[in-house]
Amino acid sequence: MSEQTQAQTLTSAAAASGPLAMEAISVSKDFRIGRHQTLHAVRDVSFNLYRGGVVALVGESGSGKSTAARLLAGQESLTSGAIQLGGKPVRVTGRGDFRHYKSQVQMVFQDPFSSLNPVHTVRYHLERPVKLHQGKDVNVDAEVIALMEQVRLTPAKHFLSKYPHELSGGQRQRVSFARALAARPSVLLADEPVSMLDVSIRLEMLALLDDLRRRFKLAMLYITHDIASARYFADEVLVMYAGEIVERGPAEEVTQHPAHPYTQLLVASAPDPDNLGSTLRRKTHRSSARDTSGREGSVAAQRPGSAATAGCPFSPRCPFADDRCYAEDPALLQISATRGAACWHLDVAAPELVASGPDHGRNTPIRNESAN
Amino acid sequence: MSAHPDQAPAAASPIADPMAARPDTVLEIRDLSVVYRTPGGDVRAVDKVNIDLAAGEVIGLAGESGSGKSTLVYGASRLLRAPALITSGSVRYAGRRVTEPVDVLTMKADELRRLRWREIAIVFQSAMNALNPVLNVRDQLLDVMHAHLRISRDEAREKAASLLDLVGIPRTRLRSYPHELSGGMRQRVMIAMALATDPEVVIMDEPTTALDVVVQRDILAQIVELKERLGFSILFITHDLSLLLELADRIAVMYAGQLLEIGTAEEIQHEPSHPYTRGLLNSFPSLHGPRRELAGIPGSPPDLRNPPPGCPFLPRCGFGTAACREVDMQLLPVTSSKDPSHVTACPFVLPETPAPPGPARPQAQPETAGELGA
Repeated sequence: MSEQTQAQTLTSAAAASGPLAMEAISVSKDFRIGRHQTLHAVRDVSFNLYRGGVVALVGESGSGKSTAARLLAGQESLTSGAIQLGGKPVRVTGRGDFRHYKSQVQMVFQDPFSSLNPVHTVRYHLERPVKLHQGKDVNVDAEVIALMEQVRLTPAKHFLSKYPHELSGGQRQRVSFARALAARPSVLLADEPVSMLDVSIRLEMLALLDDLRRRFKLAMLYITHDIASARYFADEVLVMYAGEIVERGPAEEVTQHPAHPYTQLLVASAPDPDNLGSTLRRKTHRSSARDTSGREGSVAAQRPGSAATAGCPFSPRCPFADDRCYAEDPALLQISATRGAACWHLDVAAPELVASGPDHGRNTPIRNESAN
Repeated sequence: MSAHPDQAPAAASPIADPMAARPDTVLEIRDLSVVYRTPGGDVRAVDKVNIDLAAGEVIGLAGESGSGKSTLVYGASRLLRAPALITSGSVRYAGRRVTEPVDVLTMKADELRRLRWREIAIVFQSAMNALNPVLNVRDQLLDVMHAHLRISRDEAREKAASLLDLVGIPRTRLRSYPHELSGGMRQRVMIAMALATDPEVVIMDEPTTALDVVVQRDILAQIVELKERLGFSILFITHDLSLLLELADRIAVMYAGQLLEIGTAEEIQHEPSHPYTRGLLNSFPSLHGPRRELAGIPGSPPDLRNPPPGCPFLPRCGFGTAACREVDMQLLPVTSSKDPSHVTACPFVLPETPAPPGPARPQAQPETAGELGA
């Protein structure tokens, strides 16, 4: 309920693309590790996917972004929260339900080398989902050829009888795209779809995904650790850290004016050809700055898993952290109509952003307000 | 297309060998060729490559998978096994500890053992696979030192601990096993192991590819810092050119087993000459600055079993003409560049040559060449 209020106050930047396709409402997932330990992989995450819109989930490894995708794909059970598809809550109890769900929500995996079965041909990989999801009276062969042309795996006849090992990484990933499209889904969850590919073909693959999104009005969740590609590809960016969304907003705004200290760290860490040798070559300046901050050693060496505090998960690595941050976990605070960040010290971390929107009631805590 | 300038830089240049050895060269790779013997014929993985690595220099080797960049450095350090075969070339090593330059390719097994790790160390890409899962960090470090250095037990233990200090891992991690370390820590242990013997040349094969950006940046900063402090040279292999622009002194761009362009990082960034280099530079989205049009490089690399005549990049090149099929692939100075060490294999295209019109690109889809997600 609280999240509906949030959805009202905080509009997704992807909302303009089309009708609402899928909602994740306060989704959480815990894993039990060992006897008395619980890992909160995803904590109270809410977002919406819209037809024709791309939402990017950005974070480092272990931040829970893949687990979030697996929850949406129905591959893990929710610990709490709910998922709605087309306005109705998703209830998967049997195989039939699951198949029906899968025909609407499809996933593309990171590694095209292990997500295809090495003993089967391209034809087999594509025929199966077509037969499974498109009924008996469909012309399977024609459909398979059409799929391959949609992902530009042409000439299709040439590739039909190939095995995965005979294809390049990019071609394999095209097969996985085609396989996902065979179900004619409305939602496509793409888990790092290009990060295993060469830099020179990544762009081509992203352009292909973009084309497919437009053509089939797909609601897309794009999971990545590369925030620069999210800038170009996504409408809305969600930044995840230690299972929580710490910042969200329109892609261009989040990447150009990051508000949360973690987003700022991510943006500063991305290799930036326009800023040649910016930080690496000026390392003397950088290391001295670190010493004075009193946190010698790398910020990166501190893993989120070790930050099992009651407070903000980023506090052990954060330059602005104080006692409040160690004690209390901040909720997502609204910065503008489409932006929010979970930080107690936004006035210090991003003064220009907070100052620019005083009419929004200076950091209204979205969740607290709605809980009353 | 009318993009070709009239002058032929080859004839104008008085410098016969633009890569004439500098006095402080530690590793000099000359005419190195490596083939993979297959039933379907030889695959020319590395084709007559020349590279000089100077003392304290960082050379970045950029290229996509299958371009032969790993084969090149493994060939130069004699780590390749059949069916790989070195068919020509020499690799001269001239470090401080050797009295006169030695040719790595003609060494006997025992000489090679003394050279490896002591003089030339390698940081491999996948730290999880390169570390021994059943030995703890200290034992792996001790193993390296006992094999390559004459050093007492106590000294070695002390050195193992100080190596961890060097790469920023707490000493308490000495007794940890690889599976207990995070990806970044494992890569740091790999770097510590490579530096255990104080080598002169460190080859890094995509050391940060599997890591996420924050950790990657931290490790790169550490590598630069260690290099300044210890003074070794680095041959850094990656497919991510944007990384090299920040890290490397000079960048060599490799494609289909050949070097297409070598220049300083600044020259490569601001005045890229070869069409392939330009394509690579236009392949990654930038985080800062205005959103610019990105093109990528359509098509795929040629089959090296049967390489096309002339320039291997021709099928994907927007500038290509019939003359490219007969071009002699030689690295010659870029005529318009002030820096004579900036060399390119393309005699036709200069940094200021305007890009060819869009439709000339083979297979390029008009709607995909523009901005994404606009």
